[in-house]
Amino acid sequence: MAFLQHNRPVVSLKRNYSGKLIAVEGLDGSGKSTQIYLVKRWLELEGYRVFFTEWNSSILVKKSTTKGKKRQLLTPTTFSLIHATDFADRYERQILPLLRAGYIVLADRYLFTALARDAVRGVDRDWVAELYSYAVHPDITFYFRVPLEISLNRILEGRPTLKYHEAGLDMGWSTDPYESFRIFQGKVHAEYEAMRERFGFTVVDATEEIHIQQAKVRQLIREKIDLPTFRSRPCR
Amino acid sequence: MPLKDHPFFGRPLPEVRDANFAGKLFAIEGADGSGRSTQIAQLSQWLEANGFAVRHMGLRRSNLVAEELEDAKQGNVLTHTTLSLFYATDFFDQLVHEIIPALRAGLIVLADRYIYTLMARAIVRGADRDWTRNLYSPALVPDDVFYFRVGAGQLVERNFQKNPTLDYWESGMDLGLSRDMFDSFIKYQRLIATEFQRMAKDHAFTVINANLRVETIQRDLRRQIGRHLGLPEA
Repeated sequence: MAFLQHNRPVVSLKRNYSGKLIAVEGLDGSGKSTQIYLVKRWLELEGYRVFFTEWNSSILVKKSTTKGKKRQLLTPTTFSLIHATDFADRYERQILPLLRAGYIVLADRYLFTALARDAVRGVDRDWVAELYSYAVHPDITFYFRVPLEISLNRILEGRPTLKYHEAGLDMGWSTDPYESFRIFQGKVHAEYEAMRERFGFTVVDATEEIHIQQAKVRQLIREKIDLPTFRSRPCR
Repeated sequence: MPLKDHPFFGRPLPEVRDANFAGKLFAIEGADGSGRSTQIAQLSQWLEANGFAVRHMGLRRSNLVAEELEDAKQGNVLTHTTLSLFYATDFFDQLVHEIIPALRAGLIVLADRYIYTLMARAIVRGADRDWTRNLYSPALVPDDVFYFRVGAGQLVERNFQKNPTLDYWESGMDLGLSRDMFDSFIKYQRLIATEFQRMAKDHAFTVINANLRVETIQRDLRRQIGRHLGLPEA
């Protein structure tokens, strides 16, 4: 089990767990959410103990995040902290207990998303890494790698309404949301590329057809995880 | 770490380009019932009388999360790491949006509790010391920290003078130290006090004996703050 820094959990917990953690990371438009959804369906239909968790979804923290984003109250530091709060809530109440209970936990984005985005917003890298230092690293982190232009096209083609922070408009790089989004995604892309080797990401070519990617992902999961041990116990 | 060798405990916030502030930041720390608000009110009056503009800050007063933190406190549903991070969000929101602009403009900021209370509470609840220090490392180092020290026995008395019941959190009931609230209050306040004594050394706090009379304490505070501002002894 790996920790981000110094092998140090925040609260001393017994860290022995039998579950497995699989995370997906990648740019917006890399197709990672589709892929993790298909993994979830596959594992469910096969009858395995599986749980899915999404970035930025803690109910308790959501109200503040939404308000902060809507009223544009968030600065790089509070943006970082509110996402760290969201993560901690999901980690301590769901992810870790489920891992302890022997579940396969699927995470649509994990702490690497925070490391990438916060660094892009100019927050000190070591500081952020330490905020997340209590969290275990995934058994597999799939990085859906896609050339920047392709992911941008996938997102921007439909001329969507980009949200303020999503487009990185808070950074003042450009007043045009589309241009700002391009700059922001370019910087995030560079961060992912820099993390790829350091954190041992499993790279998936996200330009391939969906079902081809999924077949590779499933194969990798079968190789790395002894799936039969995760079969749901029959209800009596 | 001696005070004011650096404006920040760690690396500066990305929001701050220039760390030269015209104003001064003073933090008042101490338990509920140690007399913080009384002293702060009198200090503000004195400062304003001397022509200094004053701004206050405290815990759970940010626009961003104050309301949600209050909800979380009532429901007692957040785990400790989450609560620490939520409080830190509240703190840094105030720091960036209110304190730093005030200091930039030359105001005197009086903080009714600062990061030290938050750190002590987290550490007493089992948070890792280094993790907690890192969390608050982008905070501004105050020009002075006044720690109001009161014995646990006296604190109980003062709390009962204000309220007919002990506060759940100030009694550390979430820690399960004792099922008896009085017992828990005493134990919890001692744990916090021990943590503060440790920080008092590390961060060179000015320790105030808060068992003394209000006027005596106020005189002492004015003398200490006056020195920072070049004011004659009041």
